[in-house]
Amino acid sequence: MGMATFINLTVNGLSTGMMIFLLASGLSLIFGLMGVLNFAHGSLFMLGGYTGVVVFAHSGSFILALVSAMLVGVSVGWVVERLTVRRVYGNAIAQILITTGVMIVLNELVKAVFGPDIIATPVPPLLAGSWAIGSVILIKYRLFTLAVGLVVAVTVHLLLTKTRLGMVVRAGVENPEMVQALGINIRQVFSLVFAFGAALAALGGVMMAPAVGAVNPDMGLQNQMLAFIVVVIGGMGSFLGSALGSILVGLAGAYTAWFLPEASLAVNVLLMAVVLLLRPNGLFGMGGE
Amino acid sequence: MILELRQVKTNINQFRILEDITFAVPEGQVTVILGRNGAGKTTTLRSIMGLAPPARGQILLDGKALEGLPPHVIARKGVGFVPEDQAVFSALTVGENLRLAMRRRDKAAEARLAFVLDVFPDLKEKLTRKGGGLSGGQKQMLAIGRALVQDNRVLLVDEPSKGLAPIMVEKLAEALRLIRAQTTVVLVEQNFALASAVGGRYVIIDDGRTVREGVLSELEQDRELLRRYLGISTGQRGRAG
Repeated sequence: MGMATFINLTVNGLSTGMMIFLLASGLSLIFGLMGVLNFAHGSLFMLGGYTGVVVFAHSGSFILALVSAMLVGVSVGWVVERLTVRRVYGNAIAQILITTGVMIVLNELVKAVFGPDIIATPVPPLLAGSWAIGSVILIKYRLFTLAVGLVVAVTVHLLLTKTRLGMVVRAGVENPEMVQALGINIRQVFSLVFAFGAALAALGGVMMAPAVGAVNPDMGLQNQMLAFIVVVIGGMGSFLGSALGSILVGLAGAYTAWFLPEASLAVNVLLMAVVLLLRPNGLFGMGGE
Repeated sequence: MILELRQVKTNINQFRILEDITFAVPEGQVTVILGRNGAGKTTTLRSIMGLAPPARGQILLDGKALEGLPPHVIARKGVGFVPEDQAVFSALTVGENLRLAMRRRDKAAEARLAFVLDVFPDLKEKLTRKGGGLSGGQKQMLAIGRALVQDNRVLLVDEPSKGLAPIMVEKLAEALRLIRAQTTVVLVEQNFALASAVGGRYVIIDDGRTVREGVLSELEQDRELLRRYLGISTGQRGRAG
């Protein structure tokens, strides 16, 4: 593998990692704060992808597609939390069943409206093509996703570390009961974080669609598997862990895809197993931080 | 009476933990809840706070019902809670732990923060240190300080001396004496020496029921009661300030 290929694979891996990060960070925060393993999270990623396709097809504006997907994510996330998840806090089995149910309903709804087949998703014209620097070819859209992912990561990091809301979330991840005892309505914070996580997932979905060239009803489930791996690697509830885990998973997948494409998922599972053996709580999980 | 519990019954996981808790807390005093391990002391505090909601009975703050309200509403009505395990947020700095508890950033809140830092000077030096990096005694100070920066009418403190070195227990007793001038305190404490050093009234709970209440100075003389409900014989009282 030459240097040019290595750089290309690295950019692709980081870019994929950033899109997985958008999915995984919400999943991790929701689990960390609320103890909810949200199996419907991937469906919000998928809904974001379809929203982006529809809005982009009708408006031609990719920015509008990004914003619309996030709005759909926030709205659906809010409704899902209010109508289903809220009723089963503290009951892990019921949470898994109910969020799996929501996942099936959302997937079937999308199939009913758009059909089960893939829908081709072009890269927006402004972001199409590539830049050649010597023998290194950098795909514009990949760089765009990398930049958006970084901006989101820094923004959320600042939100978590520099604002009162972030302080409440960090405290809630550790001990939601004590947060309530300080006079803070943790249920409201739960709803907000759930909806925010859903918006990030939807943003991940709309950005992933042009990167892989299509949307399909199973895209959420496929990427959710990677997101779970990221969350376990990074440590449940750790935003920093999600970021680092996503980069590791993205890079491992990209490099393996070059040498042995059929092993790219297996290598991520292996990575997760190694991290768990060395740090059972993940890289930045409670007790491991 | 600022706080009253009337025939409070509380279940946890289908087990009846509190059978009949009835007592009243006078304003401006430290009321100590005593009892053996498993008697229901912690559950009593958690029931007042709404963290273990009572199945029956009444809990009144200034004559108004607290039972049935969610914990954050009870907290906003002026009930502060310092749990047994301190529950300091280890990922937050000492300053963040304190600021999180401040509902407003007005002059009164800043004055309370200054009071806390006066009472617990150790915290002043460690404002930027993570809560998880503090010693057991410092965590206890932070947990109490966090409740004090709020404008609470009643402070519920659960076994603050547990696991602390004797020197820290003495500091704690000193701090509790300062605090009782500011707010009404309900203190669960196994360390009878600490309890009698700071407390005014006592309530004894046994097997989920209130069995006795009165003035602590009288209880100190009642060897039979101390032995029967608290397992304390003379000479076991230790030191606390």
